Amino acid sequence: MQTHQYDVVIVGAGGAGMRAALESSTRVRTAVISKLYPTRSHTGAAQGGMCAALANVEEDNWEWHTFDTVKGGDYLVDQDAAEIMAKEAIDAVLDLEKMGLPFNRTPEGRIDQRRFGGHTRNHGEAAVRRACYAADRTGHMILQTLYQQCVKNDVEFFNEFYVLDLLVDHDLAAGHVPEGEEVNVSGVVAYELATGEIHVFQAKAVVFATGGAGKIFKTTSNAHTLTGDGMALAYRRGIPLEDMEFFQFHPTGLAGLGILLSEAARGEGGILRNGEGERFMERYAPTIKDLAPRDIVARSMANEVREGRGAGPNKDYVLLDLTHLEPAHIDAKLPDITEFARTYLGIEPYTEPVPVYPTAHYAMGGIPTNVAGEVLRNETDVIKGLYAAGEVACVSVHGSNRLGTNSLLDINVFGKRAGRSAAAYAAEAAFVEIPANPAATVEAELETIRTRPDGERVADIRKALQETMDANAQVFRTEESLTQALADVKALQKRFQAVSVQDKSRTFNTDLLEAVELGFLLDIAETVVVGALNRKESRGGHFREDYPKRDDEGYMRHTMAYRRPVPSEGRQWSAGGDGDAEGSFHRVETFDDYQLVLGSKSVAMTRYQPMERKY
Amino acid sequence: MTATIADAPAKVGAVPTFTVTLRVARHLPGDDGTAVTRWDDFQLQVHGTDRVLDALHKIKWEQDGSLTFRRSCAHGICGSDAMRINGRNRLACKTLLKDLDPSKPITVEPIKGLPVIKDLVVDMEPFFASYREIMPFLITTGNEPTKERLQSAEQRARFDDTTKCILCASCTSSCPVFWTDGQYFGPAAIVNAHRFIFDSRDEGAAQRLEILNDKEGVWRCRTTFNCTEACPRGIEVTKAIQEVKRAMITRAF
Repeated sequence: MQTHQYDVVIVGAGGAGMRAALESSTRVRTAVISKLYPTRSHTGAAQGGMCAALANVEEDNWEWHTFDTVKGGDYLVDQDAAEIMAKEAIDAVLDLEKMGLPFNRTPEGRIDQRRFGGHTRNHGEAAVRRACYAADRTGHMILQTLYQQCVKNDVEFFNEFYVLDLLVDHDLAAGHVPEGEEVNVSGVVAYELATGEIHVFQAKAVVFATGGAGKIFKTTSNAHTLTGDGMALAYRRGIPLEDMEFFQFHPTGLAGLGILLSEAARGEGGILRNGEGERFMERYAPTIKDLAPRDIVARSMANEVREGRGAGPNKDYVLLDLTHLEPAHIDAKLPDITEFARTYLGIEPYTEPVPVYPTAHYAMGGIPTNVAGEVLRNETDVIKGLYAAGEVACVSVHGSNRLGTNSLLDINVFGKRAGRSAAAYAAEAAFVEIPANPAATVEAELETIRTRPDGERVADIRKALQETMDANAQVFRTEESLTQALADVKALQKRFQAVSVQDKSRTFNTDLLEAVELGFLLDIAETVVVGALNRKESRGGHFREDYPKRDDEGYMRHTMAYRRPVPSEGRQWSAGGDGDAEGSFHRVETFDDYQLVLGSKSVAMTRYQPMERKY
Repeated sequence: MTATIADAPAKVGAVPTFTVTLRVARHLPGDDGTAVTRWDDFQLQVHGTDRVLDALHKIKWEQDGSLTFRRSCAHGICGSDAMRINGRNRLACKTLLKDLDPSKPITVEPIKGLPVIKDLVVDMEPFFASYREIMPFLITTGNEPTKERLQSAEQRARFDDTTKCILCASCTSSCPVFWTDGQYFGPAAIVNAHRFIFDSRDEGAAQRLEILNDKEGVWRCRTTFNCTEACPRGIEVTKAIQEVKRAMITRAF
């Protein structure tokens, strides 16, 4: 075991992590721990753009951007956070340009902008050109540019290190913290993939920027490595997860594969058609049609298929039609995604429409933070020294449905904020003592899995999990389907207790790490399903067929999911602690050796009162 | 060992299934510092839309959990899974099995010229070290502008090709010069230098050209075009290297 000491440790080297590192590393001693080489991070897969009201090509302002974000999130957005994001978007784009990001340009040489779903002029009048972009590889350019800056600034990376535990002085999952007592971070425990060695990092501040958890679903645009690590680690230490039931299904995944085809395809004029050739979005969103927000488009597509108007031999997808666009225009603006269609489906987008179907894309929920990036442990108190930014976090600028491009924006704005906050805190704070055997639990768990001679296969449990999530917790959900999903997840959690791996070595044991990641996925899935069961309304990305209307009276609050010990006989979790004593968010789900206790958190509303969401 | 297209007539819309053999170069280090190297053959049933990465996953998940490779995004963007497939460098996630000849075993080996850690995983550190040496970041002088720097569409187009690089090392590890001379910067580093040398906003071209004028720099290139052929992003790597050479002579960029 090796030990290290840093002022700030950043976990994850995608957009949010590296943006935080650029702020933190110039101020205090900083390490970035990443399970991948930084340039492999999934920020690089983002395609379409990053919105900011630069008004380079037409009139625009940050207030319209704020409104679109709030409405796009079906009013579950914390409006103070959304306002900050929309305001700071402008500097975030300019920062990237100054770092060298090669944006596409207008004829005048300024940063070009294009239309994107849900982004409108003057509160919904018409689509507006707000997305700054670099062809259809904006995320790639952001990731490369941030990495280049990290190289320039000599940021210290620990690549292919897996963080497996968060060290805190009070384990909230073990019970209540006495009233008025602080909870402090002291570091993380990591596993070095190349050698199998354990490393303990003592840190004054820890920033989680580990990304999403799309692999709980079978059909997803997410990388194999997006297994919800940071969320699960926080949850296991009793830190709540917020709004986990809200998962975004991106409308245009390559049918059968889930590979993302950017909304930019529709921003540039692409049209969705059903099997009968009809432009069906005209029926669902008469004003902005194909550029409606993703939850609406995804649901509309799924509905077309369900009602028998799908395309293809099995009528199980719809078509993204680009054939009316000039090939030269497609090559200039959408080169990568048209190549995906050619490579993976053998479809020529110049002349043939591309089969598409919704794909699990983005977790709106995550570790709750305030606008400074500080992690909350309940509705009001923060954990000292712990920060989160990007998809792993829930600040909440996306509410119940994220608008396209706002994730690239989120990582830049809140990555920067979290990095600055962490550095400022670390500059003043002292190290918190770490326990005597900080890695004991992790080592024991790893050794048990690694050395178990025979047992359940990782791939079997993971497949079963992904299948039940796709079947029961996807675009359309009901009490019945979610109850089934919960029963399945519970059963799989049990089977996971007997998981074993074939690779028994210590060198680059990805078999072992896949088992660990599966454990994270199962924990995340339970929070998604329980949150979805409890939310008996339809809002944004969460659609309950048995409760198809939004219910502001009952559910205009964020869900908070806490892991807590099973209380002793005759006692139960009550008010004042974590979780609501009564009302729509009072729910306790008992698992083998812990409980999932639901609570809630109020939504910050400033300018905009909830209205019916029409496009 | 021979592939057979499933005899039963496929259902309408069903993806055809066939059998392939993957012959994988194994390198299994023991905990005592020694390593076993051998070829393993795996037979498996695959679908017409499956890629080499799907086949590797199928092996790992159903047959041999110890088979080790890197992967992440699985659609050619993250650059994790460059490997030598039937003797050519490609990304496993962008290579469809049906496009290879399934009547013979498909050979899969790690990329060449970098130390093998385990099976298809190589040590990428020397590769990234060369990348870092060419100063892969925008270099400017003077005060930062308050707004964005202006750049015409033509100026932006000048270096578009080399911005596509995903640092997968397919090019560098396909280069015969790199195989024999690990000190050579290699195509990927030069591509990333090109990306900045020809960016109208950048002012560090002279420094970068000085670095690449080294005896292990661009002049080691023998224009064999392996790199261009290997690039999964379709970058004209050899052309970019030639442009850097020309800039060194003419000092025009």
